[in-house]
Amino acid sequence: MAVTNGTKVTPATQALPLGARIAIPIILGLAVMATWEFLVRYLAIPKYVLPAPSLIAEAFWDDFPSLMGSLWVTLSVTLSAFLIALVLGVAVAIVFVQSRLFEVSLFPYAVVLQVTPIVSIAPLVLIWVGLDHLERALLILATIVAFFPILSNTTLGLKSVDHNLQNLLDLYHATRWQRLKELQFPSALPYLLGGMKISGGLALIGAVVAEFVAGSGTGTGLAWRIIEAGNRLNIPRMFAALMLLSFLGIAIFFSLSALEYLLLHKWHESAVGREN
Amino acid sequence: MTMDEVYPRLIAAAAPERPRQALIRLRKVGKTYQNGTLALTDVDLAVADGEFVSLLGPSGCGKSTLLRLIAGLGAVSDGAIDWPQSALDARGEPVRDLGFVFQDPTLMPWATVIDNVYLPLKLAGVSRRASAPRVEEALAMVKLQGFAHAYPRELSGGMKMRVSIARALVVKPRVLLMDEPFAALDEITRFRLNNDLLRLWQDQRWTVIFVTHSVFESVYLSNRIVVMSARPGRIIDDLAIGAPYPRGDAFRTSTPYNDFCRLVSGALGRAMAGADEEH
Repeated sequence: MAVTNGTKVTPATQALPLGARIAIPIILGLAVMATWEFLVRYLAIPKYVLPAPSLIAEAFWDDFPSLMGSLWVTLSVTLSAFLIALVLGVAVAIVFVQSRLFEVSLFPYAVVLQVTPIVSIAPLVLIWVGLDHLERALLILATIVAFFPILSNTTLGLKSVDHNLQNLLDLYHATRWQRLKELQFPSALPYLLGGMKISGGLALIGAVVAEFVAGSGTGTGLAWRIIEAGNRLNIPRMFAALMLLSFLGIAIFFSLSALEYLLLHKWHESAVGREN
Repeated sequence: MTMDEVYPRLIAAAAPERPRQALIRLRKVGKTYQNGTLALTDVDLAVADGEFVSLLGPSGCGKSTLLRLIAGLGAVSDGAIDWPQSALDARGEPVRDLGFVFQDPTLMPWATVIDNVYLPLKLAGVSRRASAPRVEEALAMVKLQGFAHAYPRELSGGMKMRVSIARALVVKPRVLLMDEPFAALDEITRFRLNNDLLRLWQDQRWTVIFVTHSVFESVYLSNRIVVMSARPGRIIDDLAIGAPYPRGDAFRTSTPYNDFCRLVSGALGRAMAGADEEH
C-alpha cells in the first residue's frame, strides 16, 4: 500500500467498528418507535388504523402463548420445506451435472415450476392434498418455492470447476465420486450457500402465502393469526404477528449468513477480510 | 562472431552423451481439433531417461498441446505416443509415471497447502497417515515446510507455484511435465525457482519436459531444446545445450550461455519466419 504523508486510508465499509454497526440501527429503530408512539398519541390516531407501539407490545404480551404456537407452526413448515428443498435441489443438481441429457430434458420443467406464481398453484395443491392434511399441502407449496434457487445455484456451482483442476483429476484417474467429492462439491459450496440464503427467505414466504390461500378456519400459523386479527379489526395483534414474521425472516437470514461465514471465511474471496 | 562459427564450436562443446533408451517416443504425432484446426503435425520425438528437454516456440505452436498429449490429456489424431519402458494398465494404456505442473498454480483454494499436496495420493487411495512422510518430503523439496497449514490465498505467486510443484512430486514421478510454470512470475522469483528446479532435477534424476517461450530460460535449464514452429505446430530444430551442470548464476552471464542463446534465438527466428512465409 502506498503511504502518502503517513495518513492511513480506511475504506468506507470498514470505517465503523462492529459495535457501532449493531448499535446504530437499533438506536434508529428505537427513535422511530418513539416518534411513532408520540405521533399516534398526539394526533389521536384510532388504534384500528395505526396502533401505538405500546399497544402492540401489550397485544404481544396478552397473546403470547397463541402467537408462540403459531410461530412454531410457521417455523416448522418453513424449516422442513427448506431442508427438503435443500436435499432435493442438491440431489437433482448432481443428476444434472452427471448427464447433459437429464439436464436438457428436466431443466425446462424446473423453470416452469419456478415461474408459475405459487398463489396460482396453491388452490390445486390444497384440493389434492390439503383437504385431509393441510400441513402437508403447506409443506409442498413452501418446498416448491424454495427448491429452484438451490437447484440452479448448485448446478452452476458444480459446473464452475477450474478447468486445470479437472485435468489434474483426469491425470490421476479420479473416479466420478472422487471428482464430485474433492472438486465439484467444494467448488459449488459458495454458490449453494448463496442459493440457501435466497431459499430460506422464499420458504418462509411460501409457507405464509400457502396459509393465506388455505384461508379460514384451518390454519394455525402466523399467517392465519394475521387473517384472523384482520377479520376482527384487532390491528395491534396483526402488527404483533407481523413483527414475529419479520423476526423469523431475519433470524433465518442471519443463521444462513453465519453458516456461510463459518464455511467460507478461511478461503473464499467473498468472506476474506481485505488487508490492503 | 557469426552464427556459422558459433554453431560448430557449441556442438563440439556439447558432451557427446549418447541417448539412453527412450522413455517416451512420439511417432508422426498429429493433432487436429474438432473445429478442424491442425494443431500439430508429424512430430517425431524421443525423450531419453534423465533428459531435461525444453519445448520452445512462439505462442500457438502447439507446445502445450503436445505436452498434454504426452500426459494423456486428450487423444492424438495421428501417430502414436509410446512409453517403451512402462507397463500397460488394465485398459491397455501405458502407466504414465508423471507429474504435471500447469501454467497457473491450479490449487484448490478451499484446501490447505498440505491437503493440496496430499490430493494425488488421496485419489490413489493412500491414507492420510501413510502419506504424511511423503507429503512432508515433497514440501521439504520445495522449501515450504513452514506453510503446511496455510491456505493458497495466503501465499505469494512463487510459493503457490512451489506448492503446485510439490503436488506433482509427491507421487515420485519419473517424468515431470511443466507447462510454462514460471511464466507469470517476476524475474527474481523465476531465477530462484529455476535454480531450485535444477538442483532437484540433479538430485532426483527425473526426466523433465519443460514448455517455455523464453529462450533464456530454456538455455539456462535444459540439456536439449526442441524448437517448434506454428501453423501447423511441428518440430523444426533439436539442439543440444552442452554446458555442464550444476549451472548457477555465473552461467547466466557466461560467454557459452550467450552463444547458446544466440544459437537458439536464431533457430526460433527461423521457426517464426517459416511460419510467416506460409501465411
